Amino acid sequence: MILLTRRATFSASHYYWNPEWTQERNEAVFGRCANRNGHGHNYTLEVTVTGVVDPVSGFVVDLKWLKDVIEQEVLDFYDHRHLNLEVPEFANTIPTTENIAIAVWKRLEAPVAAAGGARLSRVRIYETDDIFAEFRGEWSEAGH
Amino acid sequence: MKAYFTRTYTISASHRLHSEELSAVQNRAIFGKCNNPHGHGHNYRIEITVGGPVDPATGMVINMVTLDRLVNAVVVARFDHMNLNFDSLFAEKVSTTENLCIGIFQLLAAEFKAKALKPAILEKVRIEETENNFFEYSGD
Repeated sequence: MILLTRRATFSASHYYWNPEWTQERNEAVFGRCANRNGHGHNYTLEVTVTGVVDPVSGFVVDLKWLKDVIEQEVLDFYDHRHLNLEVPEFANTIPTTENIAIAVWKRLEAPVAAAGGARLSRVRIYETDDIFAEFRGEWSEAGH
Repeated sequence: MKAYFTRTYTISASHRLHSEELSAVQNRAIFGKCNNPHGHGHNYRIEITVGGPVDPATGMVINMVTLDRLVNAVVVARFDHMNLNFDSLFAEKVSTTENLCIGIFQLLAAEFKAKALKPAILEKVRIEETENNFFEYSGD
């Protein structure tokens, strides 16, 4: 098994807001991120796949193919968009970095598996250079 | 559903790699220029990874403000602009970044327990001493 990672970037806006809470509570919990006019980031996405190295091509997956899949499944929907207002999975889910990692996993898991030979291993998303979230497909695990 | 949240903190500190159990010659041989008696310094990049379920109300594994407050109080205030060798953590240990990594993990893990941040848990501490050197500890 080997891990192969492809990086991509997109720019998007968002805000953090729980509609079941008062404005005061939203502002207390989310601080400046609760500004309803939104704010934005340059996100860096790292998609890691794992699989066996094809003896003919020497590839786990074709990186050009992976680039296209990331563009078609993720970037075409997220880049230069307002995540809360324009991306369906965030209509009722706060687009935190954690939730973006999970949403990207959901978008990529089936297309990667369908290509055969590799499966999705990890989605890491950087909101800034100093903040990132990861999802590794651990649907059931609620901690150790 | 488990996800991981990581945040980076930066501290600037000095240290000297030196063991009282070794002779001056041995110290110099093992630690090289890191044994310079007057010490030297780094900008350490400390990555703190927290794991746990995503709270459906907040969309978060842990509130960054909570984590910032904790790490600033327990780590940054203690080590930033300090000489690590004079910290009690290194009274009997060499101030390598391996030991700093383990020490910070243990300090934070105790706080996570005491402050009942469950279900969020401290997963990993990763420290970059320079662009080319980094160290990780996950409590193993």
